[in-house]
Amino acid sequence: MQGKLSEKPKAMKDFDPFVIPFNIGLYFILIYSVVRCVIWFRQLSRADKLRLQRGFFSRAFGGSLKEIFMESLIHRKILKSKPILGYMHMSLAFGWFLLIVFGTLEADIFGKSHLNPPYKAIFFRFFNPEHGTTLLAEVWEFIMDFLLAFILSGLILAIIKRFMPRAVGMKKTTRHTLRDKIALTALWLVFPSRLIAESLTCGAHGSGSFLTGTIGAWLNSFLPVESLAYPFWWLYSLSLGVFFILLPVTRYMHIPTELFLIFMRNSGITTGDRAGSFYEVELHSCSSCGICIDACQMSFVTGITSIQPVYLNKALRNNEDVTEKAYNCLMCGRCEEACPVGIEVSAVRMIQRRNKTGKPLYENRWMGYFRERLNHEAVYNGTGRNLKLSSNIKVRKADTIYFAGCMTHLTPGIKEAMLKIFKAANENVWFMDETEGACCGRPLMLAGNDREARELINFNSDLIWKSGATRLITSCPICFNVFRSSYYIDAEILHHSQYIKYLIDTGAIRFNYSHKKVVYHDPCELGRIAGIYEEPRDVISWVADLATVPEELEKSLCCGNSLANIILSPVQKNLIATDTIKRLTAPNPDIVATSCPLCKKTLSKVSKTRVADIAEIVAEEISGVQGKRTRTASVNIREMVDQLLG
Amino acid sequence: MPASKFGYTLSEPRVIDYEANNRQIAEYIFEHEPTFRLCIECGACAATCTAGQFMTFSLRELNVLLKRGENDIPRQRIKNCMFCGKCILVCPRGVNTRSVIFHAREAFRKTEGYERL
Repeated sequence: MQGKLSEKPKAMKDFDPFVIPFNIGLYFILIYSVVRCVIWFRQLSRADKLRLQRGFFSRAFGGSLKEIFMESLIHRKILKSKPILGYMHMSLAFGWFLLIVFGTLEADIFGKSHLNPPYKAIFFRFFNPEHGTTLLAEVWEFIMDFLLAFILSGLILAIIKRFMPRAVGMKKTTRHTLRDKIALTALWLVFPSRLIAESLTCGAHGSGSFLTGTIGAWLNSFLPVESLAYPFWWLYSLSLGVFFILLPVTRYMHIPTELFLIFMRNSGITTGDRAGSFYEVELHSCSSCGICIDACQMSFVTGITSIQPVYLNKALRNNEDVTEKAYNCLMCGRCEEACPVGIEVSAVRMIQRRNKTGKPLYENRWMGYFRERLNHEAVYNGTGRNLKLSSNIKVRKADTIYFAGCMTHLTPGIKEAMLKIFKAANENVWFMDETEGACCGRPLMLAGNDREARELINFNSDLIWKSGATRLITSCPICFNVFRSSYYIDAEILHHSQYIKYLIDTGAIRFNYSHKKVVYHDPCELGRIAGIYEEPRDVISWVADLATVPEELEKSLCCGNSLANIILSPVQKNLIATDTIKRLTAPNPDIVATSCPLCKKTLSKVSKTRVADIAEIVAEEISGVQGKRTRTASVNIREMVDQLLG
Repeated sequence: MPASKFGYTLSEPRVIDYEANNRQIAEYIFEHEPTFRLCIECGACAATCTAGQFMTFSLRELNVLLKRGENDIPRQRIKNCMFCGKCILVCPRGVNTRSVIFHAREAFRKTEGYERL
């Protein structure tokens, strides 16, 4: 609009060699991102390809766009949990995004021609130093300066975070590799160099708004701004170029990949149990923000800061040996709950546990710019032979099966309590592992030995089929999860907290109210993994006063003795248990209630307060007279029919 | 006359020949799971063992044999473990028993490959 005639004679104003590093970087990263996404798309399974195609032409697409805006730009999840950290991420992501949008529009509206090449927008001030005289242009300049100040405020926080993580609400920040550090320095240089370059140019020409104009005028008072500006434009362009070139081999690959991840996830693609395209996308979507380090109990209690998802993902991207990282994890799911990107970190870890070769699944080519999946032979963990289970278990016909589980047999209080409840409810129940019972298979699965676990599953399934039960009650959340997810049986699977809730709802058992103050500890396996939070709380509120602690529901702590961790030493486990019980007993409860025998066993070792299972708390309050149920009648008829038929 | 009808049997000489035995596996476990040294072979793990109810599996026996360097029986039986973790909870010495088994398997895999297991 303005200044067209006055600027036209200067031929240099259309192009300058300093834009070359930026141009190379930009076109490289654009082409690279497209090629990488096409490769990932081609590697998807046929079903996942269809899901993604459907996802693009459905309501999920709108949801994805909204999620990209809310999470990738605004960083809503981080803002909610840690406002300062969230502001830092938002200012850098959203601020930069707006700066690009407004810069492009500025070049389009105020520039010499429409549809400019990107460098014209990024280095607009260089090519239009006199810009900013009309009212609209002044307002626009103000917006641009404001956005730059917004980003710079985030950058200052980022620098503070790197050296003093506690100042922004983080206990620890991520350790970086050399490449990451170079890219980080380049990124940190981008905005200050832009500020200085723009200010110097503005100072020389007397233009600019509140930030660049003021600094420019001030610098002009004692510096030769005209000649100093040019090197800073070079620095600005170079730092952008270096950042773009290094982006694919550093954590900043998450910027383009996260968009792809959101589309894939909203189309219904999940990680599954083997490495594939989605797994790759997840690895590269990890922004190494370090929020998982803060969530991890092994980090803030035992001081182990090498195994968290951020380091696992980084090691996997760099094809390192991850055996120790993969196995030294409680699998409590706290990191997955905290992850702002929503990466299925537990599933990624399980893939590593199943990979028994110990070799990386991928190989980096061309200095890490491309990756290739390696084809390993299927290797099972060292056995190659079937387990030969010989048992004397006598199957009894029953409607209901009670499977106590290995851990419950080590905490007989829970077993006795359940038997008392069954008796009170007049339930015809077959105690499946009363004298001897095989493991449910989940511990083997967690160790990555799926094939051996399948043998145990078949063994147990066989017994359950033979009994003809329609309902299976278990006291152990670990068993509960594997029964629900990996068994092919017709019975309804209930954890005993659900069963007791059912008995209370149907009036099958009656008990007194104890007036004790109870804090409920959510076991990881029942809470975050199975998603059962309400039933145990309902049961407790029928029998005692339920107090709350900050660490509950999705934020609940692990007792430390998770079967998923094979490496962690008993001393370290005890440390975690002590920390957990300290937090749980903060409101001075009479009883710490839980619904997992392993949690009970672990916590009661280190606790002065009584630790009890909800079944025990209920069973203690059961008095003599009970409600009547007629459930047994149908079972008797069934047994009679069985007898008649032989 | 065969020895069995004689009324007495002849036992193989039972000597632990440390020079002939291969302590490689035990050394690997010592290195990766130091609590293996704490074991007093009380047998609590074997008494509570879930796998032991169905198969021939005794962690106590395996511990003793591995430490002697007699790896033939452990090699066959180490696969029987169900990883249920009861042994850790009953161990009076705080041995990380599952880790011992995990690393024993790793050691067999690394030194002898899959075929022989």
